[in-house]
Amino acid sequence: MTAPIVTADHPGDAERVVRFDRAERWLHWTNATLFLILLATGMTLYVPALSSLVGRRVLLKDTHVISGILLPVPLLLAYAGSWRAALRRDVRRLSRWSVDDRRWITSLGRKGRASMGKFNAGQKVNAIFVAGCIPVLLATGSIMKWFTPFPLAWRTGATFVHDWLALTLVVVISAHILKALAEPVALRAMVRGTVPRRHAERHHPRWAAELDAELDAEERHGTEARN
Amino acid sequence: MNGWAPARLGRLGSRTLVAVERPTPALEFPPEDRPVGRRAILGMLGVGGLGILWGAKVQSGLDQFLRPVTLNDQTGLTSFLPSSERFRIYSVTGTLPSRTDAEYRLTVDGAVDRTVELDLTDLRDRLPQTDLTRDFQCVTGWRVEDVPWRGVKLADLLDDAGVSEAATHVRFHSFDGVYTETLTMEQATRDDVLVAHHMLGDPVTREHGGPVRLYVAPMYGYKSLKWLDRIEVATALDAPTDPGYWENLGYDTDAWVGDSNGLSDTPTA
Repeated sequence: MTAPIVTADHPGDAERVVRFDRAERWLHWTNATLFLILLATGMTLYVPALSSLVGRRVLLKDTHVISGILLPVPLLLAYAGSWRAALRRDVRRLSRWSVDDRRWITSLGRKGRASMGKFNAGQKVNAIFVAGCIPVLLATGSIMKWFTPFPLAWRTGATFVHDWLALTLVVVISAHILKALAEPVALRAMVRGTVPRRHAERHHPRWAAELDAELDAEERHGTEARN
Repeated sequence: MNGWAPARLGRLGSRTLVAVERPTPALEFPPEDRPVGRRAILGMLGVGGLGILWGAKVQSGLDQFLRPVTLNDQTGLTSFLPSSERFRIYSVTGTLPSRTDAEYRLTVDGAVDRTVELDLTDLRDRLPQTDLTRDFQCVTGWRVEDVPWRGVKLADLLDDAGVSEAATHVRFHSFDGVYTETLTMEQATRDDVLVAHHMLGDPVTREHGGPVRLYVAPMYGYKSLKWLDRIEVATALDAPTDPGYWENLGYDTDAWVGDSNGLSDTPTA
């Protein structure tokens, strides 16, 4: 399949579809804010050059601990009410791994696009990894903070896991931010919520098909309601 | 409307904007798709748990493996790699305090026969020197083994000033203006408590509390006050600064390595 060339002034671009609803965007940005605070304070606590530059160890440590405790809150809130429908659907999408996802990721995004759903393999790996980081960092951070009930080796072990996982997370989040900056359409989807329909058709054909089915169903439903 | 209903956001171009906010037709996935999300997250939790149990061993192996690289690293990049055997720089104020070798003075005062003021030459050349090679153990878990220290025994400095009979404690002041520590008279006169001007074979750097810091070998690192500029002999422990900065934040006053703060590290003395 040859994808149509999409330019910004293509007439079809005016038509936009919702990619992330308000609850999902709220979750993303509160989570992102907490993660950035945690990474900034965490790095300052442990990279000697930064520690010397910033000082204020007690303040940094308290900020880090409080942000850490708050970390699961946005996720729990996003799941707590009727606004969770879109999030739940997206979580199901993100956690499915298809044969094409493997092809897509091993070909660095060149193959497997024809049957791409709402999320590509990179987005799935990012979301699953970040979601997995939350409980692991929370558990190891808690052992580091409230260490007295545990054997001493556990604290060293927890520090080991916490530090290396955080380092990996810095790399993953940096890649995530760089990709977002390189793809303004994707970034805008997380800021404003929508993408041009053509973008969906081109990059996420299976998702575009789902949207068509929903729209058709809604129009049918609307007609029935009016009758 | 009954059943599901996408919320309309409005119209753009020729078609309606649709937000998938309410129950919509069930998602269908091709049968060959595999649900990996939950498994991956449980897997991360499992690996994390193993890391808590065995990470101490892995880390020490890794430190040994990386040592040839970190020792010869000119770029400083390895300081970003987690390690359990490297000094981490803790300071409690906004910027690192700074004092040049020339302007540095150390005062010994309080309940003493005479107040003594020393400069760096006194500490490095005039007074008897003591060398000590001991581990530095932080209460937060990291430990640097076999650190060479050089300086003047605190006991000798106190002798010089002549400690009053009524003295019970020694209070240390940092020229960062905030950090203080205390030791009992008995602890302060131990042979392994130094007013150190050299560590790791070089003059104590600004990051490590230079030009002069305290090194209390048998105790956790927070007792080894950095940027030392005043030693005050006291006849009581007074609020609010005593028994010390970190003690006021909950750490033990008698900070023996392996026998305080609920910890069981190998003693450093």
